Amino acid sequence: MSAVAAAQGVRSQARRETLWRLLRSPTFLVGTLIVGFWIFCAFYGSKLAPYDPLVQYDNDITVPPGSTSVDDRHVHFLFGTDQLGRDVLSRVLTGATDTLRIAPAATLVGIVGGTVLGLLMGYFRGWLDDVLGRAIDAFLALPLLIVAITALTGLGHSNRTLVLVIGFAFSLTVSRTVRAAVLAERDLDYIQAAQLRGERAPYILFVEILPNIMGPIIVEATVRLGYAIFTVAALTFLGFGVQPPSPDWSLQVADNFTLLVQGDFAWTVLPPALAIASLVVGVNLIADGLQETLDR
Amino acid sequence: MLRFLLRRLALALVTLVLMSVLVFALTAVIPTDVARNVLGNLASPAEVATLRHHLGLDQPVYLQYWAWVKKLAHGDLGTSLASQEPVGNLLFPAMKNSLKLAAMAFVIVVPLSILGGTLAALRRGRLLDRFITVTGLSLTAMPEFVTSIVLIVTFGIWKHWLPISATTPDDYSFRTLLTYLLLPSLALVAVLFGYIARITRAGVIEALEADYTRTARLKGVRGRTVLVRHVLRNALLPTIAVVATQTGYLIGGLVVIEVMFNYDGIGKHIKEAAYNNDITLLQGGVLIVGVVYLTATLIADLLYSLLNPRIRQGGAS
Repeated sequence: MSAVAAAQGVRSQARRETLWRLLRSPTFLVGTLIVGFWIFCAFYGSKLAPYDPLVQYDNDITVPPGSTSVDDRHVHFLFGTDQLGRDVLSRVLTGATDTLRIAPAATLVGIVGGTVLGLLMGYFRGWLDDVLGRAIDAFLALPLLIVAITALTGLGHSNRTLVLVIGFAFSLTVSRTVRAAVLAERDLDYIQAAQLRGERAPYILFVEILPNIMGPIIVEATVRLGYAIFTVAALTFLGFGVQPPSPDWSLQVADNFTLLVQGDFAWTVLPPALAIASLVVGVNLIADGLQETLDR
Repeated sequence: MLRFLLRRLALALVTLVLMSVLVFALTAVIPTDVARNVLGNLASPAEVATLRHHLGLDQPVYLQYWAWVKKLAHGDLGTSLASQEPVGNLLFPAMKNSLKLAAMAFVIVVPLSILGGTLAALRRGRLLDRFITVTGLSLTAMPEFVTSIVLIVTFGIWKHWLPISATTPDDYSFRTLLTYLLLPSLALVAVLFGYIARITRAGVIEALEADYTRTARLKGVRGRTVLVRHVLRNALLPTIAVVATQTGYLIGGLVVIEVMFNYDGIGKHIKEAAYNNDITLLQGGVLIVGVVYLTATLIADLLYSLLNPRIRQGGAS
């Protein structure tokens, strides 16, 4: 067996061991279970939901959980209805779709952009690194939410601009992590060997360095995914993210939380809020499990 | 020390200039005809053109930026397009309100998370540590309005302990103010706790394993004295830096919390400015937030160096 093949064998075995350790990590498993449930709902939620999440039962406005419709005694609102007379349970089951489309897409944009940027900055250093580094510092000095609000006001509200704005902001944060990882690699012998062989920079960046810094990038991706959900939710709550009539959870909270001033209408906002909470916790458990396993 | 200070100041200034360009560029892309917005649909094209000229909107962007910066240098943030009031008159009182809320949150969260982080470090790997770490992590990742909803429903509606809106009645005492601000500041505390506690925990663990701690123990210093004089004194240094870097995050969180609790702070103004395409108000608001963040970072840097003799005496930095 040649040395290269042997090295590859060792590598794939190491990968299998990592996977095995992951599958035995309880935090990772619980996280996957929760997130898996909501991904399933994002695809098939409309089939699970008892009623159409957009239909307004005009004679059943804000009825409490367990009520039966005034118009149709076969219609039961297990979680009650909101202030437009829509079934809360159906809306919770279908409310993950937009967030679970936008957040991963934004994360992907951020990871790809940030990896390229970080590789370039870390490998070439010099004025490129200085100038970009300063600009990134200035940008990150502004809270992401406020930058996003401003940018979305300018670019218009659509799911695509949401992905691009969040993705762009993330790419700056990710570039810092990647740059730091590249700095640790660039002076190692294998890079020098490649340079002496006369390899070109793109080859060194993407074939030599990139595979060796995949660990931190994967961890960063899961952490970013959590933040992406966080950001999409906050923006939607403020009216700059997912737009009505989507049954999105944050939109549901935004539509109904003013009711709380009038009295106990907790059932209109608590279920979607807890749904967001469970999704966020799930993603973080996955991130935690990955970090624990990959750091070892 | 002085060189260090000047260097930091210069860096902050560069960041500030870059930030002002950024804020201007961000708001310049907003595709609204400001003059048409102000005058309404009934105004004639000639009137709109006159106002455009008057506002300097017919000039190239870089000249507009320069005019904006020149006015800023005189402390003039411009006039709000929506309410026709000076932006400063709207934003400075709001900023004061936001700072009240933020101060209250800080007063609660700093001792709480330092205590939490220290306890977690002392019980490292045990149940209490897992509990504090996991709770903190989950709370930090939670959108503020989710935490707020849970707080409002639990303490404001099921138990009628606290008011669910942060807008105080007109003639309020300091105590009333505190009760009105408690729920929203708890929502902020929830977001910040995990992060600060995690840094404290890491710092304490490092200090516990350091040689000087072992030396102190071996020469017979009492446990509590070791903890306070040797461990905490070294561990809290990075914590201070982190607390300050959280300010930007804190203000981002304020937007959501102020909207949720209907509180007249800067975050709510920024949100409404964006909603109404009120560009001057938006520019002013974002800029103020940026300046507050930079100032806080600068203060943190200074505090850090004052507390750290290695930097204070100009050694390794």
